[in-house]
Amino acid sequence: MTDSKYFTTTKKGEIFELKAELNSDKKEKKKEAVKKVIASMTVGKDVSALFPDVVNCMQTDNLELKKLVYLYLMNYAKSQPDMAIMAVNTFVKDCEDPNPLIRALAVRTMGCIRVDKITEYLCEPLRKCLKDEDPYVRKTAAVCVAKLHDINAQLVEDQGFLDTLKDLISDSNPMVVANAVAALSEIAESHPSSNLLDLNPQSINKLLTALNECTEWGQIFILDCLANYTPKDDREAQSICERVTPRLSHANSAVVLSAVKVLMKFMEMLSKDLDYYGTLLKKLAPPLVTLLSAEPELQYVALRNINLIVQKRPEILKHEMKVFFVKYNDPIYVKLEKLDIMIRLASQANIAQVLAELKEYATEVDVDFVRKAVRAIGRCAIKVEQSAERCVSTLLDLIQTKVNYVVQEAIVVIKDIFRKYPNKYESVIATLCENLDSLDEPEARAAMIWIVGEYAERIDNADELLESFLEGFHDESTQVQLQLLTGIVKLFLKKPTETQELVQQVLSLATQDSDNPDLRDRGYIYWRLLSTDPVAAKEVVLAEKPLISEETDLIEPTLLDELICYIGTLASVYHKPPSAFVEGGRGVVHKSLPPRTASSESAESPETAPAGAPPGEQPDVIPAQGDLLGDLLNLDLGPPVSSPPLTTSSVQMGAVDLLGGGLDSLMGDEPEGIGGTNFVAPPTAAVPASLGAPIGSGLSDLFDLTSGVGTLSGSYVAPKAVWLPAMKAKGLEISGTFTRQVGSISMDLQLTNKALQVMTDFAIQFNRNSFGLAPAAPLQVHAPLSPNQTVEISLPLSTVGSVMKMEPLNNLQVAVKNNIDVFYFSTLYPLHILFVEDGKMDRQMFLATWKDIPNENEAQFQIRDCPLNAEAATSKLQSSNIFTVAKRNVEGQDMLYQSLKLTNGIWVLAELRVQPGNPSCTLSLKCRAPEVSQHVYQAYETILKN
Amino acid sequence: MIGGLFIYNHKGEVLISRVYRDDIGSQAADSAVFSSSGPFLGERLGGSVRRNAVDAFRVNVIHARQQVRSPVTNIARTSFFHVKRSNIWLAAVTKQNVNAAMVFEFLYKMCDVMAAYFGKISEENIKNNFVLIYELLDEILDFGYPQNSETGALKTFITQQGIKSQTKEEQSQITSQVTGQIGWRREGIKYRRNELFLDVLESVNLLMSPQGQVLSAHVSGRVVMKSYLSGMPECKFGMNDKIVIEKQGKGTADETSKSGKQSIAIDDCTFHQCVRLSKFDSERSISFIPPDGEFELMRYRTTKDIILPFRVIPLVREVGRTKLEVKVVIKSNFKPSLLAQKIEVRIPTPLNTSGVQVICMKGKAKYKASENAIVWKIKRMAGMKESQISAEIELLPTNDKKKWARPPISMNFEVPFAPSGLKVRYLKVFEPKLNYSDHDVIKWVRYIGRSGIYETRC
Repeated sequence: MTDSKYFTTTKKGEIFELKAELNSDKKEKKKEAVKKVIASMTVGKDVSALFPDVVNCMQTDNLELKKLVYLYLMNYAKSQPDMAIMAVNTFVKDCEDPNPLIRALAVRTMGCIRVDKITEYLCEPLRKCLKDEDPYVRKTAAVCVAKLHDINAQLVEDQGFLDTLKDLISDSNPMVVANAVAALSEIAESHPSSNLLDLNPQSINKLLTALNECTEWGQIFILDCLANYTPKDDREAQSICERVTPRLSHANSAVVLSAVKVLMKFMEMLSKDLDYYGTLLKKLAPPLVTLLSAEPELQYVALRNINLIVQKRPEILKHEMKVFFVKYNDPIYVKLEKLDIMIRLASQANIAQVLAELKEYATEVDVDFVRKAVRAIGRCAIKVEQSAERCVSTLLDLIQTKVNYVVQEAIVVIKDIFRKYPNKYESVIATLCENLDSLDEPEARAAMIWIVGEYAERIDNADELLESFLEGFHDESTQVQLQLLTGIVKLFLKKPTETQELVQQVLSLATQDSDNPDLRDRGYIYWRLLSTDPVAAKEVVLAEKPLISEETDLIEPTLLDELICYIGTLASVYHKPPSAFVEGGRGVVHKSLPPRTASSESAESPETAPAGAPPGEQPDVIPAQGDLLGDLLNLDLGPPVSSPPLTTSSVQMGAVDLLGGGLDSLMGDEPEGIGGTNFVAPPTAAVPASLGAPIGSGLSDLFDLTSGVGTLSGSYVAPKAVWLPAMKAKGLEISGTFTRQVGSISMDLQLTNKALQVMTDFAIQFNRNSFGLAPAAPLQVHAPLSPNQTVEISLPLSTVGSVMKMEPLNNLQVAVKNNIDVFYFSTLYPLHILFVEDGKMDRQMFLATWKDIPNENEAQFQIRDCPLNAEAATSKLQSSNIFTVAKRNVEGQDMLYQSLKLTNGIWVLAELRVQPGNPSCTLSLKCRAPEVSQHVYQAYETILKN
Repeated sequence: MIGGLFIYNHKGEVLISRVYRDDIGSQAADSAVFSSSGPFLGERLGGSVRRNAVDAFRVNVIHARQQVRSPVTNIARTSFFHVKRSNIWLAAVTKQNVNAAMVFEFLYKMCDVMAAYFGKISEENIKNNFVLIYELLDEILDFGYPQNSETGALKTFITQQGIKSQTKEEQSQITSQVTGQIGWRREGIKYRRNELFLDVLESVNLLMSPQGQVLSAHVSGRVVMKSYLSGMPECKFGMNDKIVIEKQGKGTADETSKSGKQSIAIDDCTFHQCVRLSKFDSERSISFIPPDGEFELMRYRTTKDIILPFRVIPLVREVGRTKLEVKVVIKSNFKPSLLAQKIEVRIPTPLNTSGVQVICMKGKAKYKASENAIVWKIKRMAGMKESQISAEIELLPTNDKKKWARPPISMNFEVPFAPSGLKVRYLKVFEPKLNYSDHDVIKWVRYIGRSGIYETRC
């Protein structure tokens, strides 16, 4: 008997025939009919009309037929919810069946039917099945909880299924444990804050025991779950590693990779001096190599992961170069990945072998692969200086083959080699020039033009060569046009006499006949430079170029660390964090490697280990979370740092024009846009190198405050907090605070470049906000910010920007731009930076106003834990522009009457009641705009407590 | 986790479609919309109706104009994993950050299970068994989580005949096996004759430079066991692993001198899930309760002291622009008493070859224009022998600037020994409950060395 005949029925009226057959009395005929229905469903035909007839077949003791009906139900229940109810009774009955296979089948299928009405009926059977005597039913029920959670999370919580699921982690059957772990892990992903899995040494121990006994798939679930755990110290990390290492010998590659993930993560906590650390490193290499003998698809996954591992810990595979040699029959995706890893592993010791291989690859068939091989030769030259000469000669050999794309690729990489080793290999230029005609790709053309321009003085016919490109100027891509413009200007500066006409020509082509703003602007700038100050032009255009780095395409360290936590998963295949390809809330929690702990003693309280505190746990300033800033300050830290007394000169300097007044008109309204590659950086205010604030991540700032420097003059300044973590801004970390000094407000920023790339072209903008805060000068960052560099900037602010009421009131949304991207963050500013200096009201006025403001506008607050006397409070508040108008003593309590004025003219009147000996004081505020009261109170609290 | 699983034929028609998660554009839901009022309405109604995942894969991968460059494809935030078996596509779909290695392992496993049930994976067989496949998919993948997928266990309760009435004991036996610690073996197996077969199957891989320098060489080996043993036998497997031998050697100096030289260094090995890995890790002993019938006990890899059964010496000379002279010598490098079989040497020829004359001392050689190669076959060859082929290749003049890539010369063969040097030392069987002992078990051991990718550049 074959089933394929079911696929071929395409007659008209087939639905009616099926209907008749489904209602037939004969069992066999019924079954045949259901099979036909399923076959139609598979090929995409709509057989939903048969719903009642199919459901009627459900009442049967034939398991095969039952499964088919269930399959149908899962597919169509959603489109026919009312009729699906008809099936509920059978489900509930089946959940009580003496046969465990039927009980499991019923609970499994019920969970797949996403109809609310059915879900209600599911709860009771599910509860029973979770406690079933048969492990097969329990393991199925465990997964069913995850299904139900996907349909109705609230219901699962209300019904207490999560607790039952947690209990299953201690089940006697390893498969039940594994499924419970899998279900809990997935549920936990959508509740990042909840401590669902509650991993502790005891539960970890249970998991490790189950690990030895369950199926290969169960081992994967458990290992993936273990990887989310952070051991409390290095000893625990080591003992877990010891119990996980045997998994490296498992036949299932996914088990191996998940074990590698756990080891790579926990290794982070082990000291490198430990013998065990070395042993572990040695143990990791062989299984990784073995993965390369798996099927090609798995090899691909393994290679993508090895690519990450090699970047994180190059020592693991440094002796294994040979296994990455490309085989002739490897699929192309495996070849390309192997090549990538070969370059990463290339070193002086193995470069000869690598080069011989690469040369071999450059003669292969696949164009992409050949190109990558040629490029790899160039990268070897840049990476291993000793090999540069051999690489160049190999590249020249390849150019001789005259294969078009090989030649072009070779020229692109030779350009990079020139950049890395200036004045060393220029003898090959002649050979390159011979191939000028065959270049048809923009990148290669641009590279060639760059070479001709850069070495114009050594190429006799440089002008002719460049002129030949100029003919089709408008058909070239922008990249080539820009390069040609710069190249000819370079040539002109080197050989001014013969090339005047040429430079005129290119300048007019670029400025008058082009629509591309970049090209036009660059053209104008060159023109103006050349006409006003040729010496300056020379300095700009022929400026010394920064060296290019050895490793060009390394993954940023923060991203790399995150990806290491995702070894084996899709994220590691794409080399992107899950948030980049997963929709919705799932998987957006950033993972990070655990901090290295020196010993168990010093790590008793992990949350105070600041240096390695994972960025994910840093407090993000999100407006919705209310007064987070206040929370931070309530941490009861040491005394604050003083704000650096920045010279106000920075304010004036901020306005300094980039290229002198003459160019104003050209620059339009986008001054930061023209920072082309060859330009000198704008002059900046000298930022004092040794500022008081410590440099480091936000949390460490908070904890490192040990020295108590009092405020000099001006209001209280909060310590800097991280506003924009590097993870969210492609490596740019911004922390900052607000200060008010002698009437001027400024935002003190600290920019740290945690990327591998130089950052330039900074600019800042604020969204409209409640008090019209706006930058009073552009953001001045002196010179490009190189990797790992930090700068401190004080940005003067004005309050004349446009106003829009924000929620909360003191929310400020900021956009920061650099050459990489635009980043957005928001922060809450303390209100006291808006308290103006002339905020003292006279007594009469105070009394009158106090009475005048209606009582419903009065707000009362308690300030706790503030053991200050009236005098101390007065002077503290006065330095932040809260002025005491009068003072009274009533029944041993000091009553302070105070006034303050905001930048927008709103007056706030206050009564502060201080009781000697009582650490808390009472604050009553009256204001015509009562919504500010809450924030004024916070300002009071902040000032008084620091 | 896995959101859905589809099987397509080479034309991209869906043979099997099983959706586990709602986030994958489910076929039923979509087709219901379409059938009511045509496809366009569906699009208008939904604003941005999700493209049906089934179609997305067909359009973007199976029908793609260019060859797909990766086994993982992301289309509109949906990830597709695919493997191909002959002309059948298996695709797993997900919207989450799943364990990618696990998905591929699962797809392979799925192929194994299907093959164990109905043989070759072909369109015909899949259509003939679609009900069975749905039943299997229901069992081995629950909400996208892979479950027990050992055919030994599955065959006890998923059959094509449907389960006849079972007793309560039988039912609980099934469930305890499916979920149990030894999910790969059922209890109560009985044989009149207890017998086991061990095959050491190695594939030797080589990449050699034209000058005869070994660029890379490794052996990947498998130990395949066929067991027909009664009860729940406890087995222990021993081989000439250097680490084990050296450990024992400390005890008796005698043995070191005997076997010290014959031990081999294993770079890495992996085991079937029946092997107790923690025991291997601590004592390096291989102990297990085997599944019934055939299974792969272990895989291993060695790179040191490999016996390369053949050496290929190529000589290619270009005579002018229209002629090539090729001479290839092969030398066998093993005991003269042993015989290699099924020897095949494949010498690639340029695309513009117009004619070939071959002379060989032994075997038969033919130019195969469709494969662009000269294929030289020798049935048998003893050790320490040498043979030679020479060929003249006429070329058509071309103005193609691109040089011929000169693919490497490859070889196939089979030899009756293990090129890694691996030797089985023992396989002990204990079954305390039944009355048969290790001595009563009939054991067979066989070694086969085959060529993997055995290439010499020319």
